[in-house]
Amino acid sequence: MGSLNIENVKKAFGPVEVLKGINLEVTDGEFVVFVGPSGCGKSTLLRVIAGLEDSTSGRVVIDGADVSATPPAKRGIAMVFQTYALYPHLTVKNNMGLGLKQAGTPAAEIDRRIGIASSMLSLEPYLARRPAELSGGQRQRVAIGRAVVREPKLFLFDEPLSNLDAALRVNTRLEIAQLHRRLKATMIYVTHDQVEAMTLADKIVVLNAGKIEQIGGPMELYNSPANEFVAGFIGSPKMNFVDGARLGETAKTIGVRPEHLTVDAKSGAWKGTVVHAEHLGADTNLYLDCEKAGLITVRIFGVYNAEPGATLYATPDPARTYRFGADGKVLK
Amino acid sequence: MSTATSSLPRTIGAHAVLLTYTVIALFPVIIVIMNSFKSRAGIFGAPLAPPTPKTFDLIGYTTVIGQGDFIHYFQNSLVVTVASLFFVLLFGAMAAFALSEYRFRGNSLMGLYLALGIMIPIRLATVAILQLMVTSGLVNTLTALILVYTAQGLPLAVFILSEFMKQVSDDLKNAGRIDGLSEYTIFFRLVLPLVRPSMATVAVFTMIPIWNDLWFPLILAPSEETKTVTLGAQLFLGQFVTNWNAILAALSLAIMPVLILYVIFSRQLIRGITSGAVK
Repeated sequence: MGSLNIENVKKAFGPVEVLKGINLEVTDGEFVVFVGPSGCGKSTLLRVIAGLEDSTSGRVVIDGADVSATPPAKRGIAMVFQTYALYPHLTVKNNMGLGLKQAGTPAAEIDRRIGIASSMLSLEPYLARRPAELSGGQRQRVAIGRAVVREPKLFLFDEPLSNLDAALRVNTRLEIAQLHRRLKATMIYVTHDQVEAMTLADKIVVLNAGKIEQIGGPMELYNSPANEFVAGFIGSPKMNFVDGARLGETAKTIGVRPEHLTVDAKSGAWKGTVVHAEHLGADTNLYLDCEKAGLITVRIFGVYNAEPGATLYATPDPARTYRFGADGKVLK
Repeated sequence: MSTATSSLPRTIGAHAVLLTYTVIALFPVIIVIMNSFKSRAGIFGAPLAPPTPKTFDLIGYTTVIGQGDFIHYFQNSLVVTVASLFFVLLFGAMAAFALSEYRFRGNSLMGLYLALGIMIPIRLATVAILQLMVTSGLVNTLTALILVYTAQGLPLAVFILSEFMKQVSDDLKNAGRIDGLSEYTIFFRLVLPLVRPSMATVAVFTMIPIWNDLWFPLILAPSEETKTVTLGAQLFLGQFVTNWNAILAALSLAIMPVLILYVIFSRQLIRGITSGAVK
């Protein structure tokens, strides 16, 4: 139970084509993250899976059944929204139970499931409260609880952490990861934050302008990106891209991640001046304006003291340098 | 009030302007109410003076209540106002929901068509409306008035409510759809409570012109059975002799129900139950 197949799904709003033919296979129990910049179609794709938007063409198959014409409530899915979307007039308990009540589940069964979900998310003390009386983090836990009690085939998360502050975001991320481990359910998660994607996913789907750029595990995307877009999107700070011609290379663009550059005060491949240094404690980000390579970022582990204006030499690790052709694809 | 954003002269200035406006706005109402408690001689002798023991007289009120049918007129006005209000809010909110929620061909054209009524006074069509009511046998019924007032109130209601409905979070409606709520349940249980303040605004804007209207009761329902308060008060307005005591008393009484309705709705305007739904 809980597999998902998307076959050549297209979606257009009037003349604007938002999804340009998406094919995707998700096996049971997988945690799949859709990631991409704003407007890449990732939320629209999630809405098509949920049935909140009809696709212009193509099929959505959940658990072997074509659900393209099935209303959202009958698809066996549950969704967690960015803005929580709790019912303001209902208590936490009724918020979680409403979907089951609509489906005609017996009251005892509803109570049992709410009991399990609320202990899992430590929501017991708040069951009688209304959403207005809860903090942001608690509200999002209620929204997750509302999804859990439905025992769906498929969990859909639409940027669930974007409205939380940084500390809470890390906590809730951890809770979602634990939830996935405990329920072993299939989850689809949309985010624009590549850190969330890297930390949570079994499989990442990178979307750009309505098309899938690459599908793969987090380390696969990091170590062997298929093209310039994925290389630039995955990893923080962003990969440095240098014009191949300026370095006398045949490739159109040379890419090297900030952490795969070493610096030396005396000699190296690229001579440059320090523009700015960011000291983060565990590591230091240096911005170097290089004669050959232009403005690049170098990430050094640990503390490194460099004053703006100082001259440094940066050297890329040749084994971890990527070469991209004129079409943006990586050259083997 | 924080001292950073206000200075004493500015506060005084603002209050002076507001108080002046309040006095100007309330002046006619106060004069009407004051004079309704005075004898005829008192009204004409010193119209601006408050009632003194010498000029105090309840003759106006006794005339109005003694005239018998005035309670009935009140009932008519109340039935017409409340029924029209109910239909304006119900149909207006439903149309606004459809316009703001569903994408369909001609959506914006339909919105424009529904809002057009704001710019065209319904009274221009009086003759046609009268013909319509005569052929359908609705002359001298309250139904005729309710139908006309519903039509009159809808354009503004649709216009204002659709703006507010657009602001209701899509996520909330979608959460309802995933939980298996019908579109009607989503509309009545999720969306309407969230737009309640704007419903109250529309209710106030719709209610007052209906309550005060003289034109349509005079033309469509002038019979004794269906007279409204404003039409009933004309009884005391003769060509040669006008019973000012009775008119002023009738007007003062007519203010009361609409004031009560206003107080009820304005409480809704202030109450904010929307927090906590989203964000």
